[in-house]
Amino acid sequence: MSDASTRLDTSLRDATALDLTPHPGGAPFFRQVLAQASMEARLMLRNGEQLLLAVVIPVLILVGGVTAGEHLDLKLTDPRPLVDIFTPGVIALAVMSTSFTSLAIATGFERRYGVIKRLGASPLPRSGLLLGKILALLAVQLVQIIVIGAVGQALGWTPRAGAIGAFLAVGLGTAAFAALGLLVAGTLRAEATLAAANLIYLLLMAGGAVVLPISAYGSFGDVARWLPSGALGEAMRSAFLDADIAWRDLGVLAVWAVVGTVLTARTFKWE
Amino acid sequence: MTYGTKTAVDGLSLSVEAGSITAVLGPNGAGKTTTLETCEGYRKPQSGTVRVLGLDPVAQRRELLPRIGVMLQGQGAWSGARAMEMLRHIARLHADPLPVEPLAERLGLHECGRTPYRRLSGGQQQRLGLAMAIVGRPEIVFVDEPTAGMDPAARRTTWELLGELRESGVTVVLTTHYLEEAEQLADQVHIIDHGQLITSGSPEELTRGSSATVRLVVDQELPAEAEAALRTSVDHWSKEYGVGVRSMSFGSRTLEDVFLELTGKGIGHE
Repeated sequence: MSDASTRLDTSLRDATALDLTPHPGGAPFFRQVLAQASMEARLMLRNGEQLLLAVVIPVLILVGGVTAGEHLDLKLTDPRPLVDIFTPGVIALAVMSTSFTSLAIATGFERRYGVIKRLGASPLPRSGLLLGKILALLAVQLVQIIVIGAVGQALGWTPRAGAIGAFLAVGLGTAAFAALGLLVAGTLRAEATLAAANLIYLLLMAGGAVVLPISAYGSFGDVARWLPSGALGEAMRSAFLDADIAWRDLGVLAVWAVVGTVLTARTFKWE
Repeated sequence: MTYGTKTAVDGLSLSVEAGSITAVLGPNGAGKTTTLETCEGYRKPQSGTVRVLGLDPVAQRRELLPRIGVMLQGQGAWSGARAMEMLRHIARLHADPLPVEPLAERLGLHECGRTPYRRLSGGQQQRLGLAMAIVGRPEIVFVDEPTAGMDPAARRTTWELLGELRESGVTVVLTTHYLEEAEQLADQVHIIDHGQLITSGSPEELTRGSSATVRLVVDQELPAEAEAALRTSVDHWSKEYGVGVRSMSFGSRTLEDVFLELTGKGIGHE
């Protein structure tokens, strides 16, 4: 090899020279969690199917429900405007779709594609992975609530201020549904998780007293209020309709969260 | 290490020197990945001890993980994540990661940086996997079949990079079923089969002929009749002097010869 070509070779190498000297270490815990949360939130908001579930379906139900209800002169037991009753219910639906269905499907495929295994070899501890997931859910839900709230307002929604009740409902609802979503994702195969998470979502949406109040379900309402969907719907309606904190419904959510977490911790398989 | 009744790795004892490249060579199903995953703390050995950097990979996993880099055999990324996005994410989990742009450029990933993982070619996925394994500046990298599915140019780049890692003081442990890879790269080669260590040594030691090896180098390709005549002559010679001929090879002795002798089968063919 001539001198000229050696020099050229060296200079090319220098241009892309990397200092590979070991300097290992994990980033600070909170930075790892934020990185994980932002990555997961971005992936969720970018995915077309997830977006359909997170925003399009709830908005369609809100607009469709209010317009059709007014058109058909639908009467609920509660005499207040339909939009005031539906909007908190649709927010509850949005929380359920993200915390349960989207999380379960995403986690199922993370297991399938070895993402959880790969992250298991990174400095990110499992607690950080879980915390990152929860933060990502809350971020996506914030976007959902803003969109649904804006659509509701356009339809004439006048929320009563019930910030504490609403925060508690979102928080405990997220905890309960996320625990149940991970329970499904951690035990079934990815395809079975996809099917089960969608089916349970549809069943709860139709019969779980999430969008419609339990009073609309007749005697089944007594059952529905003990479901996480019914409890979340009622807690959200109490917050936004009456500026109230529905302790009993929040308690039901807390119990579901604890039961779900215990079962998930016992059954979840990381690979 | 057993799965059900099948023993994948049994009585395997090997050590790795710091700052060197060690290749674990063996056919598919020999227990290479199991061995690596035991070092990475994914699996707990039923008996025996594993120490990586003096740490127990299972009991002291949290302490160990930031110090090692792992390249899995395929997958390990969100299907919708873009290549560079994925690399950046892993980099952010580390305290002092390598600069991602030059690393990506080095591995030819910059041209597919915005491509979602599921649309990357097999070779691109492998290169991304390698980038993710070293971006955290580890002391040891475990790479499982690093060049499987790569074209020759990418394989060359990968070998160069692994060589540079060694020069920088990083310990590299790789599994492979490519003999050439072990021969070119490794300081130390461990050949395993059926979960057991068959032999260890440097490529030179393993390929060095013993006193019983006779080499004959000819200046042309041998026509069939010339080869047959040679075999006949050797037969006569062997009978006359009572020397048993164990094998006769036409070509240079390679790691593959060693492997064939020791396992009685070719690599990758089961």
